[in-house]
Amino acid sequence: MSEAEIGIILLSLKVAFWAMLGTLPVAVALAWLLARREFRGKALLDGIVNLPLVLPPVVVGYLLLIAFGRNGVIGAPLEHYLGVTFAFRWTGAALAAGVMGLPLAVRAMRQAIEAVDRRLEAAAATLGAPPAWIFASVTLPLAVPGIVNGLVLAFGRSLGEFGATITFVSNIPGETQTLPLAIYGFTQVPGGDAQAWRLCFVSIALSLAALLVSEWLSRALRRRVQS
Amino acid sequence: MTLEVDIRTRLAGFALEVAFATDATVTALFGPSGAGKTSVLNAIAGLIRPEAGHIALDGTVFFDGARCLPPQQRRVGYVFQEGRLLPHLTVRQNLLYGRFFAPAAERSADYERIVALLDLERLLARRPQTLSGGEKQRVAIGRALLASPRLLLLDEPLAALDAARKAEILYYVERLRDELSLPMVFVSHTLEEVVRIADTVVLLAEGKVVEQRATLGRLEGGAVLETTVAEQDLRWGLARLDFAGGSLYAADVNALVGERIRVRVRAQDVTLALTRPTGISIRNILAGSVVSLVPEEGPSMDVELDVGGTALIARITRKSAMELGLRPGLAVFALVKSVSIDRRSVGYA
Repeated sequence: MSEAEIGIILLSLKVAFWAMLGTLPVAVALAWLLARREFRGKALLDGIVNLPLVLPPVVVGYLLLIAFGRNGVIGAPLEHYLGVTFAFRWTGAALAAGVMGLPLAVRAMRQAIEAVDRRLEAAAATLGAPPAWIFASVTLPLAVPGIVNGLVLAFGRSLGEFGATITFVSNIPGETQTLPLAIYGFTQVPGGDAQAWRLCFVSIALSLAALLVSEWLSRALRRRVQS
Repeated sequence: MTLEVDIRTRLAGFALEVAFATDATVTALFGPSGAGKTSVLNAIAGLIRPEAGHIALDGTVFFDGARCLPPQQRRVGYVFQEGRLLPHLTVRQNLLYGRFFAPAAERSADYERIVALLDLERLLARRPQTLSGGEKQRVAIGRALLASPRLLLLDEPLAALDAARKAEILYYVERLRDELSLPMVFVSHTLEEVVRIADTVVLLAEGKVVEQRATLGRLEGGAVLETTVAEQDLRWGLARLDFAGGSLYAADVNALVGERIRVRVRAQDVTLALTRPTGISIRNILAGSVVSLVPEEGPSMDVELDVGGTALIARITRKSAMELGLRPGLAVFALVKSVSIDRRSVGYA
């Protein structure tokens, strides 16, 4: 494998890792809200969270470009005040991957939180624990297998993100060219088949590894919680 | 301690309308399954919010229709029927879970003492899943106590246990009552449990309070006597129990001389005679008088007796009552077989 190819793989892993990390607090908060709270507009919020699953990724990418671009309503102040730029940077690729992976993460985490016995939370309340502490000491630890599962799903989804990424941050080698974008690029040039094949193989191996790790982790964690 | 409960709310299937006030150390909520006992506990703990009413403990208003104090601020310990130990924590972590939420000045629970009282030493490093039913309940009681509650609620803590475990937990609950003098509300549908530990009984049926009364005296098909063990005749396995109106001999009583115990004498085990019988196997012949005849449908009826100031109930046939000419004030002898009073009808007072 060439140095460029290794660079593509490392960039993909970096993008997926940061996408996963950024997803974590957002997904846990959304999952808790949807699992444990009743409020007006809950169905709407649920719909919006799940939208990336059914929307064409190009649409998501375009919306991100409008909002987080250099002159976007969120992008401009972010760059001006915090010096954070998303447009045409790897950070933008991570943002796009995170948004696309969010519904999968929220689904898995919501199910895990819903499965936590509310009677245990009630017991903790009678012992005097404030709600935030009950969440941190009862709900969260008991939901950890599902939360980890959601994270790994988000990670896997990020590795495969294509449409939203190419629309939002384009296909810039060394900056935003992740595995799927590189594979697409190689299939478009004559004689790129061998490289495309190699990266396809790497892609399959990474995704499979992520799924296996997820299965193993959630099993180990479930054992720890239950026995 | 004064607990005032006056709540009205609709539950699946029936309306709950319960009002009572108690200052007893141990108050039992007694009634059949589905009477609303657990819902009353949940309302006291703040786990459900009634539609209307008032709940207060020693002047602290828990609920008054508009305001509803969250469970965290009530400091009411709750021992659930199923234990509800936190499965991801060890026994020790479960015990300490609520320890630091009480205000420092009111953190009265003594860890060492409670661990010793409930014999939890050997269990501390274990996980709840590895505990037996009785052990789980002991940990659940300890956990509730270590949060330094002002009131302890116990929801049929014995329901899921076999007879031997029941006796064990009941013994620990008696120790709590006697050594910690912590007010408790105890839910049960088993009369023996109520008699053993409660001072006041609130009878519930179909969401309503049917009656509230002291445990001692007349109670559901019998009477409860407070006695002192005066003698243990090990040769014959008989104990002499002294009470205000005389002595009772009981078989196989598990208590030491000098200990105060409660004895439940079932109405159906009491026979009446107009003269003192002789040449009879019955060891307990108590002189007393008829207080009242409780008319009932069917062939049997209850006769309330006064034996030297202690109430006793005899269940006899209506025909016998007529033939003996029983009437209030009549002097009679109450006969009680010693073997009808055994371990199961005895508890520490």
